[in-house]
Amino acid sequence: MAKITFVTKDNQEITVEGTSGSVMELAVKNNVKGIDGDCGGVCSCATCHVQVDAAHTDKTGVASEIEQDMLELDDDANEYSRLCCQLQVTEAMDGVVLNVVK
Amino acid sequence: MSEKVCVIIGASHAGVNFAFSLRKEGFEGKIIMYDKDPVLPYHRPPLSKAYLTADTSIEDNCLKSKDSYLDENITLNLGVEVIDIHKESQKIILNNGEEQHYNYLILATGARPIIPPISGLKEAKHVYPLRTAGDVSNIKKWISTADSKRVVVIGGGYIGLETAASLKKMGTHVVVLEREERILARVTAPVMSEFFQKLHTDKDVDILTSKNVESINTDEEGVNTVQCSDGSSYAADMIIVGVGVNVNVSLAKKLNLEIENGIKVNEYTQTSLQNVYAIGDNTYHYNPHYKNWIRLESVQNAVDQAKVTAAHIVGNEKIYDTIPWFWSDQYDVKLQMVGLSQGYEELIVRKEETESIKFSVWYFKGDELLAVDAINNAKAYVIGTKFIKENKVIDKDKLKDVTTIFKPANLMMKEEV
Repeated sequence: MAKITFVTKDNQEITVEGTSGSVMELAVKNNVKGIDGDCGGVCSCATCHVQVDAAHTDKTGVASEIEQDMLELDDDANEYSRLCCQLQVTEAMDGVVLNVVK
Repeated sequence: MSEKVCVIIGASHAGVNFAFSLRKEGFEGKIIMYDKDPVLPYHRPPLSKAYLTADTSIEDNCLKSKDSYLDENITLNLGVEVIDIHKESQKIILNNGEEQHYNYLILATGARPIIPPISGLKEAKHVYPLRTAGDVSNIKKWISTADSKRVVVIGGGYIGLETAASLKKMGTHVVVLEREERILARVTAPVMSEFFQKLHTDKDVDILTSKNVESINTDEEGVNTVQCSDGSSYAADMIIVGVGVNVNVSLAKKLNLEIENGIKVNEYTQTSLQNVYAIGDNTYHYNPHYKNWIRLESVQNAVDQAKVTAAHIVGNEKIYDTIPWFWSDQYDVKLQMVGLSQGYEELIVRKEETESIKFSVWYFKGDELLAVDAINNAKAYVIGTKFIKENKVIDKDKLKDVTTIFKPANLMMKEEV
């Protein structure tokens, strides 16, 4: 079980609990605004862009090559950027805060 | 003034994204959706890929959760069919006899698989298209119970090839029969066809081209024999039909809408009737970048048209002018495509210097970059997208030279002084 907090663009804080699947799926299930997951979670659309709270990067690890490539020309991307379809919900993620970019 | 009612026919990528976008745009009236598919609206692309091979339930694959529809006050009517529309009184008629009035009507009716007129196909055993969750559960059920698992896939397009890859993974013996001289002939360059042909052959899937299926004979034990016009024949315990789609336009016809290769819509996705819109696979629309009328079968097209329609209904005008993009996953290979390659005159293939398979195919007409197909190379895909969108000219020599570090600035044509 992991508690994950999304902070939307309009500063709404949504904390949800999950046990498995991707963070994108968890966000979509809970209707988190700004996480669309149009491609269904295969890192093809970049509509699940989040920035990991700077204090929590140890919980998420670093972005994979394909995530970095997909975000390379995105003006809103920074070193904390992730495509959350590539983040799995695990115990290690408990307490993480993710800022939704769109 | 009474509350406005927006009725959506079709609850897949286009219809569902439209409904949520309309709320996001601030529409306060009623939003009512209908679909004859009884399953909570789901992602379609995974049906031939991850969803087919994985042991997940369709709910894990939903576009939006059940609660999301309640939260946004969107009424979802599943398992019912709209059978008629009355233009003058602005109401739809359902197959259960009920009626519903509308102020705005959205036709997100999509397309249905073509079942070709092959003699014996209708009588053959275990024949499935691949379009709906129901199709996939039929296929899964067959695989879990069949003793002999020989599959013939008719059609070497993306659906056929993705399904072949998934079925191979699931332990079946797969033969793909393609009518054209090469697979993916309609949508991609010969170099890509060759790549996918080899990819499947290496995985022990037989891809046979120039195979025109003539008839199917089914014996008493339910084994089908697929007969081709060149005299060859293939035994099949299951047949997958993946030869393309027909658009669903019967309701559009009832409204006398203008129809060509789909329902004709303007830049705001309006049909020839002002308060009737069409979005998704069923639309024939103008692409301002390629200056061409096109019909697309893709998630991108469905989602982006949905957003344009939602904006137009509340008076926030934006036009549909997205550069089309697509993807396909087969085995461990990820193909990402951007643009439309039709009419290309020159191809540049750029192979990255890596051990793993990683390359991209760039389609040009003169100096204009039309499209990019990227294999395991998201960077090529995003760079290609940028150049196409911004109408920037690429320095072809630098593109060909793999030692050029792959960044837009390094590929830009230096302007002559």
